[in-house]
Amino acid sequence: MSTITLHDTHNNDHHDGHDHGHHEQSFISKYIFSQDHKMIAKQFLITGIVMAVIAMGLSILFRLQLAWPDKSFPILETFLGRWAEGGRIKPDFYLALVTIHGTIMVFFVLTAGLSGTFSNLLIPLQLGVRDMASPFMNMLSYWLFFIACVVMMSSFFIETGPASAGWTVYPPLSAIPKAISGSGLGMTLWLISMVLFVASQLMGGINYVSTVLNMRTKGMDLWKMPLTIWAFLLTAILGILSFPVLVAGVVLLIFDRSFGTSFYLSDIVMGTQVLPNEGGSPILWQHLFWFLGHPEVYIVIMPALGISSEVISVNSRKPIFGYHAMVYSLIGITILSFIVWGHHMFVTGMNPLLGGVFMITTLIIAVPSAVKTFNYLATLWRGNIRFTPAMLCAIGMVSFFISGGLTGIFLGNASLDINLHDTYFVVAHFHLVMGSAAIFGMLAGVYHWYPKMFGRMLNEKLGYLHFWVTFICAYLVFFPLHFLGLDGVPRRYYAFTEFEFMQKWVTVNIFVTWAAIVAALAQVAFLFNFFYSIFKGKKATQNPWESNTLEWTTPVEHIHGNWPGEIPTVYRWPYDYSKPGAEHDFIPQTVPYSQTMSSNMPHDFEGNAESERIQKEWEEKQAKEKAILD
Amino acid sequence: MSLRKFISNKTIAALAVILTVFANTSAFAQEAAAGAAATAAKKPIDMFPIYKTAAFYTLLFLLLCLFIAIVGKAMRVYELTREAQDKPAGINWNTVNGVLFVIFLIVGLYGVYFEYTVHGKMILPDAASEHGAKIDQMFNITLILTTIVFIGTHLVLFLFSYFYKNTGKRKAYYYPHNNALERIWTIVPALVLTVLVLMGFLTWRSIFYKIEDPNNKPLNIEITSQQFAWTIRYPGADKIVGKKNYKLITGTNSLGMDFNDKDNLDDQMAEEMVIPVNKPVRLILTSKDVLHSFYMPHFRIQLNTVPGMTSYFEFTPTITTADMQTKVNDPAFKFLFYCSKICGSGHYNMQKVVRVVSQAEYDAWIVKQPKFINNDLRKQFNLPIVPEPAAAPAAAAPADSTAKAATSAPAVAMNKPALKK
Repeated sequence: MSTITLHDTHNNDHHDGHDHGHHEQSFISKYIFSQDHKMIAKQFLITGIVMAVIAMGLSILFRLQLAWPDKSFPILETFLGRWAEGGRIKPDFYLALVTIHGTIMVFFVLTAGLSGTFSNLLIPLQLGVRDMASPFMNMLSYWLFFIACVVMMSSFFIETGPASAGWTVYPPLSAIPKAISGSGLGMTLWLISMVLFVASQLMGGINYVSTVLNMRTKGMDLWKMPLTIWAFLLTAILGILSFPVLVAGVVLLIFDRSFGTSFYLSDIVMGTQVLPNEGGSPILWQHLFWFLGHPEVYIVIMPALGISSEVISVNSRKPIFGYHAMVYSLIGITILSFIVWGHHMFVTGMNPLLGGVFMITTLIIAVPSAVKTFNYLATLWRGNIRFTPAMLCAIGMVSFFISGGLTGIFLGNASLDINLHDTYFVVAHFHLVMGSAAIFGMLAGVYHWYPKMFGRMLNEKLGYLHFWVTFICAYLVFFPLHFLGLDGVPRRYYAFTEFEFMQKWVTVNIFVTWAAIVAALAQVAFLFNFFYSIFKGKKATQNPWESNTLEWTTPVEHIHGNWPGEIPTVYRWPYDYSKPGAEHDFIPQTVPYSQTMSSNMPHDFEGNAESERIQKEWEEKQAKEKAILD
Repeated sequence: MSLRKFISNKTIAALAVILTVFANTSAFAQEAAAGAAATAAKKPIDMFPIYKTAAFYTLLFLLLCLFIAIVGKAMRVYELTREAQDKPAGINWNTVNGVLFVIFLIVGLYGVYFEYTVHGKMILPDAASEHGAKIDQMFNITLILTTIVFIGTHLVLFLFSYFYKNTGKRKAYYYPHNNALERIWTIVPALVLTVLVLMGFLTWRSIFYKIEDPNNKPLNIEITSQQFAWTIRYPGADKIVGKKNYKLITGTNSLGMDFNDKDNLDDQMAEEMVIPVNKPVRLILTSKDVLHSFYMPHFRIQLNTVPGMTSYFEFTPTITTADMQTKVNDPAFKFLFYCSKICGSGHYNMQKVVRVVSQAEYDAWIVKQPKFINNDLRKQFNLPIVPEPAAAPAAAAPADSTAKAATSAPAVAMNKPALKK
C-alpha cells in the first residue's frame, strides 16, 4: 500500500517543490503561520523552552519557600504583589505554583515541547517525506498549543490566581471555588487551556501516525525505521487513544463547575452550607484523569527513549543492541500503559480487588523497561564512544531512567504504596524518571539535531558545562527527597513548620534549594548557547555526526520539500555502524548493498535468494583474486 | 620561524590571560574577604541588607559568567594555537568526559552510601502495627534488590562510558543482537518481579481482606475530615458508630448525626485518638467537603477520605506510645495522623495526636470522653431532655465542638500574622 501512495507523492511533491521555488515566502507564512514541518518543529521547541524556563522559575519560587519558610524576600513582593505580601509566598499561591509548575512541565514542555518538536522535525526527515500528511493541520496544532500556553499563563493575571488544586486537579477541591481561591476563574482557564492543548495534541498525533504509516519513502519498511520514529509513532498512538478521555473528564468537570451537574460531587458540606449535588463520585475523575495520566507518563518518556537510542547508537559508533527487542519493548510499554492507571489510586478508596490487579500490570511494565536499559548498556559495550553533549545527555537519561524506574518498583507495589503515596518519595520518583530522564532525552535531541534545525553547531564546551552541572544538581535535588518521603513527609506542604518531626528536614530543604538554584543557573549556559548559536554558531556540515539516517542527506540550507531532487531510496536499516569490512564506520541508509559488497552479511538479505547468489559470486571472485595474488 | 615565534607568543599570551584571570579572581576574593572581614569587624549590620538584595546576587552571577567566558576564550586561543602548530588538539574532551564519569561514579557511590546511612537513619521508626511489620519486611527486600540493580547498572553504565571512549585507535565491535542474552535479561527481571508481585499481592490481601474474629471484634472509630480539621468519633458502649447524614449538618451537629438512630446516643467525641495496644481497630473514614487523606505513617496506614463514600481500614497497633518513646530514645515522641492529599491552603497543618495505651488506660480514658448528644440536639430531634447529671458533659459538648472549630481556624490564621512581618 505504501508503495502506491509513495509514487504518487513523489510526483506531486516534486511538482510542489518546484512551485515553491518560484515565489518567495512572506515573513508571516515563513516564520509565523508556517506549514513547513521544520519551522513548526522549531516553533514547538522554542515555545517549549520558554515554558520550561517559566516552570523552572516557579519551582525556584516554591523551593525558596520550602527552604526558608520564615525569611522574607522583598523582591518577591515586587514581582508577585499581593501573593507574596511582605516578601513571603502565601499558602494559596504556593499551591498555585506547584500546580502550574506541574501542568506546564508535564503537558507543555515534556509533551508538546518534546514530541511536538522532534516528531515534527524527524518523522518527515528520517522517513524521506517532503512534509507532514497535513501541513495545515500541523500548523493548527502548533497554534492551538500556543493559545493553550497563553491561556494558562493568563491565569497569573487574574484576581483569584491560577488553578491551585495540584496538577491532577482532583475535584471537589477543583470544582468548588469556595474550597480554594484558585478554583475560581483560574481553574476555568486551566480547563479551557487543557481542552485546547488536547485538540492540538490530537491534530499533531493524527498527522504523525498517518505520515509514518502512509508516506515513507521507497524501501523504508517499518523494520527499517529508526527507533526515534518507532517511539514517535507509538507515542502518537498512545496520545490519540488517551487524550480524548481527558477531554471527556474535563468537560464533565466544566459541567460540574459551571452548570450545576454532579458528576464528581456528592454529599458535600462547605462549612455548614450543604451543597445540592448528589450522586456523583470524585473517584470517577481520578479514573478518567489517570486513564490519560498514566499513558501520559509514557507519552513523555517514550520519545526520550527513542531519541536516546538513536544518539547512543550514533555516538557509540555501534548498532543499537537488539533493535527488534527495543521495538517490541516499546510496543509492550504502549499496550501495558493503558491498564496500569489504577496504581495512582491504590489508597483513594478504590476497591482493593482492583488494587491487586493494577499492581500486577504495573510491575509487568517494568520488564520492557528493564530490557531497554540493558540494551542501552549492551550498546555501549565495546563501543567507540564520542562524548558529544548529546551523548552525555543520553547517558544521563539512561542513568535517571534507571534511578527513577527502580523507585517505581516500590510505588507500583500496592502494599508499599500505602505508606509512600503522596509523600516526597513520589515526588523524587517521578522527577527522576519522568522529569529528569525526559528532559535529558529532550536535551540530547536538541544537541544532536540542532545542526539540522538551524544549520549551525552548538558550542560543545558550553554543552559539557551545562550537562555536568545539570546532571549533578538534578541528583542532588531529587535523591535526598526520597528520604523525606520515607519519613512520612507529604508532598504539597506549604511549610514544614507545624510538625516537630519535619524540623530535621529543613537543612535538607535548604541544600536541595541551593542545588536547584545552581541547576537553574546552569540553564543559562544552555539558553545562551542555543540562542547565540542560531545566529553566530559555527556553520554545520551536512552530516556532522557521521550518522546513517536520512535527515543528514538533506542540504544544510532548509528548503521546502526537504530534498532538492528525488527523495532518496532506502536500502538498509539505520544502524550499520562499524560494520566489519566497510570502508567507513558508518553506512548511510541510502547506500545499496551492491556498493558495500565487502561488508555485507548473510542476514542482510533477509532470505532474498537472488541477492544472496550475487553476494556469493562476488565473494568467490574475491577469494579467487586473493588466491591469484598470493 | 617567525610563525613559530608568533604562535609561541600566542601560547604565552593565552597562559598570561589564564594567569591574570586567576590572579584577578583570587585578588578579588582576597579583597572581598578582607572587605568582608573589615566590615564585619567595624559595622557587622551593614553587609546584611546587601546580601539580601537581588542585585548583589545578579552581579555575582554576572561575574561568574564573565569568568566562564574568559576561561572559554583562553581555551579557544590555546586550541587554535595547537591547531596552527599542527599538534593534536590540546584537550582531549573524550578523555575528560570519560574520566568525569568515573569520578561521578565514585563520588556518587559515596553519596549514595552517605544518603543511606545518614538520611536513611532519619526515616520513620519500625512499624507500630501488625500489617506494618509485613510492609516493612517487603520494603527491605525491595530495597535490597533495587539497590543491587541500581549500583550494578550504574557501575556498568559509567565504566563502559570510560573504557569504551573513543581514542581514535579502535573500531567499535559490530554486535547488533544476541537473542540468548536478551532472553536472559527479559526472563530474570520477569521472575524477580513475579516474586515481588506475589508477595505484594498476598500482603495487600492480608491488609484489606480481614476475617473477623468474633471473640476479638475490632474497635470502630470514625474519622471525619473537613477543611483543615479532623473529627474523631468513638462508638460508645454499644460499639456501633451511629448513622449520619450530611444534610443534617448544622452548627451544633457538625457531623450530621441522626439522633433518631439509637446507636448515636452514646457516641463520644475525642480530641486525640487513643487506642488500646494489640487490639484490632477499624477506622471508618469519611469526608465532609473535599478529598483528604488519612495518613498515619508510623502504623503504615493511608486511605483517602472521600465525600459521599465511606472507606475502612483495619489494623492492630503493636507498640504503645511509651514503648516507642524509649525505642526511639525521644521522650517527646508522639504518634500522629495528618492529611496527605492536597486539600487547600491549610493542608500543611492538619494533624491529630494518636496515643497507643494499655487496655486499662484506654478503659479509664474512654469513660471521660464527652458524648455528642446534648440538650440542644435532643430538642431538635424531639428526644426527652435529660436533666442534671448528663447536663455537665452535654453542656461541654457544644462548647467543645465550637472550640474545636475555633482552634482549627486560628491554627491556619496564626501563620498569617507571622507572614506579615
